[in-house]
Amino acid sequence: MFGLEFYIDPSRCIGCRSCLQACEECETHRGKSMINFDYIERRNSIRSAAYVCWHCDEPTCAQVCPADAIKKGEDGIVHSSLKPRCIACNNCVVACPFGIPKMMEPEQQMMKCDMCYDRTSVGKRPMCATVCPSQALAYVRPEEIAYRREKPVNTFYFGNQKITTKVYMMAPAEREAITLDVADYIWEEQDELVAEGW
Amino acid sequence: MNWLRKAGSEPLWKEEFSVHSADERYVTRRQLTKFLVLTSLGMFVGNLWILFRSIFHKAPVYPEQVVAQVGEIPLRGVKLFAYPTTEDHCILVRTGLDEYVAYSQKCTHLSCAVYYSQQTDRLECPCHEGFFSVRDGSVLQGPPPRPLPRVVLERRGGQLVATSMQG
Repeated sequence: MFGLEFYIDPSRCIGCRSCLQACEECETHRGKSMINFDYIERRNSIRSAAYVCWHCDEPTCAQVCPADAIKKGEDGIVHSSLKPRCIACNNCVVACPFGIPKMMEPEQQMMKCDMCYDRTSVGKRPMCATVCPSQALAYVRPEEIAYRREKPVNTFYFGNQKITTKVYMMAPAEREAITLDVADYIWEEQDELVAEGW
Repeated sequence: MNWLRKAGSEPLWKEEFSVHSADERYVTRRQLTKFLVLTSLGMFVGNLWILFRSIFHKAPVYPEQVVAQVGEIPLRGVKLFAYPTTEDHCILVRTGLDEYVAYSQKCTHLSCAVYYSQQTDRLECPCHEGFFSVRDGSVLQGPPPRPLPRVVLERRGGQLVATSMQG
């Protein structure tokens, strides 16, 4: 659509949280930030990572939804749950391997990044990508991203689950896919991981 | 419905509850045909059932039951009784010196108990303000769709005997 793709490069994230603020100003989910933002090994480093929904080709969140509330559009965008259908069961929140869906308790509805649908559907860039100063979140043409040292990857392995996505992750040049075993990242006492915290 | 499906195709839930919003509105010719055939079959079987039921239907047999003694209740007075079984509550009203009527007490709307109002001289259902005529049980006002079933009374000497139900 419009020849633009989304690229996420957490190694460029400087932790300025601009994307969180900009996301709140988007018309599709005004006042609610849909960016997922983590500090990584905060005790030992200043690394941070901001990321949006990867918009999987076979979205796990939608497949586990018992109310058939999560839908993927023809343009590949996985939307927030449909308000009349969502029963706030949290299945999607638990199932998503990327941890993207957010349960909005006051509304009793799951909401997630829809890539600023009112903007990207008419060829504008998502709010987060427009403000990101280091372009850790970039919404550009593939030929523009090809100048970078890292290469875009959209295949992920979570244990045995293979996921292909619409959004690309920037990975070291020789990598064909990103492989993760969630068990490796489960919190342990000596390896403190602080998420979403100030 | 697994026997109707091709082997090796996607699981049924993935087909029927597709995550793609475009598939949600799309109905295949095969789905529509299946729907038409099955609903027609259901209609046909239902009609057969109704036909056989009406052929083998027998008129219900009502017992005879003494309801009250003549003069037992005062003019425009009421007596409650159960007829034909102990679960079917009925109301007997003395509308004139020598006139008695009896109806099922179950409102034809949602089965609340109707009562007799002396001020307005009609049977009233308090639940949804349904009113019935005390003369023939017909609906005067409100949501009830049918008149109240009437208990046919017969006078035998000094006794009022219920013989059957009407309607």
